Amino acid sequence: MADTTIFEMVSPEKLLISKEVGMVVVPGSEGNFGVLPRHTPMIATLRPGVIDIHEDGKVTDRIFVASGFAEVTETRCTVLAEEATALSDVTVADVEKSIADLQDDLKDTTDEFERGRIEARIDVQSVLLAALR
Amino acid sequence: MPSLKDLKVRIGSVKSTQKITAAMKMVAAAKLRRAQEQAEASRPYSDRMQRMIGSLAGAANQAGGPKLLVGTGSDDSHLLIVATADRGLCGGFNSSIARAARNRIIALQAAGKTVKVLCVGRKGRDQLRRDYRDLIIDTVEGIAKPRVSFTTADELTDRVIKMFNDGEFDVCTLIFNRFQSAMTQIVTEQRLIPASVPEVAEDDEASDSNALYDYEPDEEGILAALLPRNVATQIFSGLLENSASEHGARMTAMDNATRNAGDMIDQLTLTYNRSRQAVITKELIEIISGAEAV
Repeated sequence: MADTTIFEMVSPEKLLISKEVGMVVVPGSEGNFGVLPRHTPMIATLRPGVIDIHEDGKVTDRIFVASGFAEVTETRCTVLAEEATALSDVTVADVEKSIADLQDDLKDTTDEFERGRIEARIDVQSVLLAALR
Repeated sequence: MPSLKDLKVRIGSVKSTQKITAAMKMVAAAKLRRAQEQAEASRPYSDRMQRMIGSLAGAANQAGGPKLLVGTGSDDSHLLIVATADRGLCGGFNSSIARAARNRIIALQAAGKTVKVLCVGRKGRDQLRRDYRDLIIDTVEGIAKPRVSFTTADELTDRVIKMFNDGEFDVCTLIFNRFQSAMTQIVTEQRLIPASVPEVAEDDEASDSNALYDYEPDEEGILAALLPRNVATQIFSGLLENSASEHGARMTAMDNATRNAGDMIDQLTLTYNRSRQAVITKELIEIISGAEAV
């Protein structure tokens, strides 16, 4: 049996990544877990965090996900992510700016429902910021 | 008999209409291709979502399951999400959806149910407003500008689920056009809440999808998070199908219009030439008879 596992990352809009990797570390809602080949099948929800893709014993890609689900089988790891950004694509300044923008929006909104949405987004961005530092 | 000048003006105007319809056809064709690609690209996500729901639903059904999956236990009040286009000139596209929605409303009302309608797209609202003004709770417009995004579907879903949790309806159905080909669209009614669970198909991946999963957190926790996403995904793919259908329908309609304009020009040109000859003949007769009279 191969010593790689197929890692797929899908967003609602398209298939983002599909490749064979050595190991992925996924931020599950109850703690990070690593997926190696022949992992026991499981379904997990994700919390905002960073997915580390390991190839040949090195981290080759770090991707931030806001939320989603992971389905793991013996040969495959599928991540359904709503929002995914490669850490190399964003800078601390970008994220700080978007947090500031969201906080401005929060001040302008009075609708309880909208506020909830914006607060959730701020939380996600803060985690992203922490991951970048 | 219209005068020569009138005919000439008429031919000119039909010609410019033909130019417009031909251009619209080309634009629709380009948009159709883009919409199709988008629908294609979104398929992996919804496929995998369906697979996960399928394997989870079996596990959770015995335990009662959350309301989004099993329903509220009654079906007295219905919410119809009617997805149409914002613009017309696309053949029977909008009317066929509106007709399906109308039939559905009539059937539900005859059965004594309460019906609420949420219109997505202006044209559907315009058509339904005439008969069912007080049923329409809201209209969402401009979803396809510049293109259908998941965020839009997500916002729509949040609203629908909030209404569901507030007990405003029991069953939610999405009415849209499924894309078959540029010529044909199929009006589809899809039940979103309670979720229609796909049978875990005994397909080639059977060994894979029937595997016993560990759940983290437990089944209920995952379902609670997964079901709203599933509604969003279904609305999203419905909207994508709808937008592909819209452009397909418009392309076909505009192709027909261009051809009809061509036929019309031919006919008008024929009439124009005939009357021109008649005028010449008349003038000749006048000259000859004038000369003979002298």
